[in-house]
Amino acid sequence: MRTLVTSVYLFLYAPIALVVLFSFNAGRSASEFTGFSTMWYSKALGNTFLITALQNSLMIAFTSAVLAAVFGTMAALGMQRLSSRGRAIFDGLFAAAIVVPGVVIGIATLVALVEVFSFLNPALASIWPGDKPPQLGLGYGSIIAAHGLFSLALVTMIVKARIASLGRDIVEASSDLYATPFTTFRQIVLPQILPSVLAGFLLAFTFSFDDFIVAFFVAGSKTTLPIYVFASIRRGVTPEINAIATMVLVASLLIILIARVLMRDKTTKVQAGE
Amino acid sequence: MTAAPANDIEFRSVTKRYGSVTAVSDINLAVPKGAFVALLGPSGCGKTTCLRMIGGFEQPSEGTVLIDGREMNGVPPYHRPVNMVFQHYALFPHFDVEQNVAYGLKQARPKLAASEISARARQALEMVRLGGFEKRRIHEMSGGQQQRVALARAIVNKPSVLLLDEPLAALDKKLRTAMQIELQTLQSELGITFVLVTHDQEEALSMSDRVCVMNAGRIVQMAKPQDVYDKPADLFVADFVGKTNRIAATVEADGSTLRLSNGTALAAKSGLKPGVATVALRPEAIELTRQAGKDAAGLAGTVTHRIFLGSTAEYQISVDGLGDFLVTADRRSVQESGLVEPGERVVLTFDPGKMHVFPA
Repeated sequence: MRTLVTSVYLFLYAPIALVVLFSFNAGRSASEFTGFSTMWYSKALGNTFLITALQNSLMIAFTSAVLAAVFGTMAALGMQRLSSRGRAIFDGLFAAAIVVPGVVIGIATLVALVEVFSFLNPALASIWPGDKPPQLGLGYGSIIAAHGLFSLALVTMIVKARIASLGRDIVEASSDLYATPFTTFRQIVLPQILPSVLAGFLLAFTFSFDDFIVAFFVAGSKTTLPIYVFASIRRGVTPEINAIATMVLVASLLIILIARVLMRDKTTKVQAGE
Repeated sequence: MTAAPANDIEFRSVTKRYGSVTAVSDINLAVPKGAFVALLGPSGCGKTTCLRMIGGFEQPSEGTVLIDGREMNGVPPYHRPVNMVFQHYALFPHFDVEQNVAYGLKQARPKLAASEISARARQALEMVRLGGFEKRRIHEMSGGQQQRVALARAIVNKPSVLLLDEPLAALDKKLRTAMQIELQTLQSELGITFVLVTHDQEEALSMSDRVCVMNAGRIVQMAKPQDVYDKPADLFVADFVGKTNRIAATVEADGSTLRLSNGTALAAKSGLKPGVATVALRPEAIELTRQAGKDAAGLAGTVTHRIFLGSTAEYQISVDGLGDFLVTADRRSVQESGLVEPGERVVLTFDPGKMHVFPA
């Protein structure tokens, strides 16, 4: 049993550990460690294609996470007012959005967008006053939309759990103490759910930043970091890729760690408040 | 000149339905200014729904709720001159004690000066004996202290009516008794109307000056505490408020003779409706004596259980042909004759005027 567990963990983490190790390799080889060096990091950071892809990824992750955090929180708040049956339906839909494989989301979004564009672009052209009507196409917008929709479900699930643990009591108490619904939201509800909104934002950010599959389908001609890594691997694995992977790994772990702390903080507060 | 309305709260034919369930059914209620009213009843009787309709958290399906003579239908909680103490206190966990208490004052428009808000919050905390606790976090306070913060947070706004939703249910017995006295003192000091919801009949009787007994969405009786106890309106009130012995009986054709199911005839007050009836009799209305001879008048029986309570003792007595009776004997009778032991034969006597006869 013990050996089995050990081998499972080895299988899971040994390749990752190797990637981290070889990112510090002084030589070119991906199988022979010839000495410690950080040269691949400076090489990676000096690669303009890579930096552009990284900037794209950061911009897309940030935008889609902000959208997901705002609309996901609104959805979670709005779902409170549904009947228990309506809530069950939406719960199911949100859960489905999370478990549907990335490939399916990617293809579905691609097909849907192409259909919409093929209808919208001629329509836009016919009413456009000038000579050059704008051409809608795949790009940043479509990646942000696809990531945002998935992350919205993620944020909604997290914030909804927090709202459920709040109870109606303090909202009613605030209303009883002459606070308008807006004041109640700003002074009472928002401070209570903010950690979970931030946690949702960070998880949404890492999801978007790490995602290859969905982005691959809807990116059009744009390149995100995972797409760049995938493309450069076809030309052979270099320690430069290992260095990028290590940096992405460390950043993702850090963000998820912060999200976990934010989510744990709120549960201890709730217990103490009881 | 129009006279100020005499009633702080009025229910006019109020009905509340949730889907097909009727929680409150055609209730009429008037709470005079400065009264301390207890809404008493078992869970699900509609008492909390009534309180929430005063607070504005529920709207009546039919009828009107008036506060201070003003119709309140459709008015949200934040526009009502009432404040509520919630069952689980509902304090704001991210605020300290003073911020909690000051919350209502901060909503006032035009705005109050910060110095006034702070002074009034501190004064309210003094009133509930929490002076010096201003900067404490809520989770650092005990249950009893949180209860008093909730109270201060409500009274600081000087509402016309203070609503209390089972405010003492979560406290232990000793603390509960102390808080009962504090609440009464507070009410007489402030002179504002208190409406208390409780399922605890002792709490209702001891604190309020008007008890409103509810059952199945209706008001069964509204009267002074001693009248609710001494003159229960029906069998439900007799049963729910205090302990009571229920005896099956028949009122004879003359309208004044009661025949118990074991054949004993009793002379009750006249004018009763002939037919099957139930008699309610308080355990302390019965006097207990050892059976001396065969001629002793009263109901004969055997003691089956005794609970010694210090100043009184409670006996369960199996009366011949009538079943179990509960009898409370006070210290005096206990001292005179010594405690009666289980297994002893006894005679139960009582003033027939203390019987409450309810037609079946």
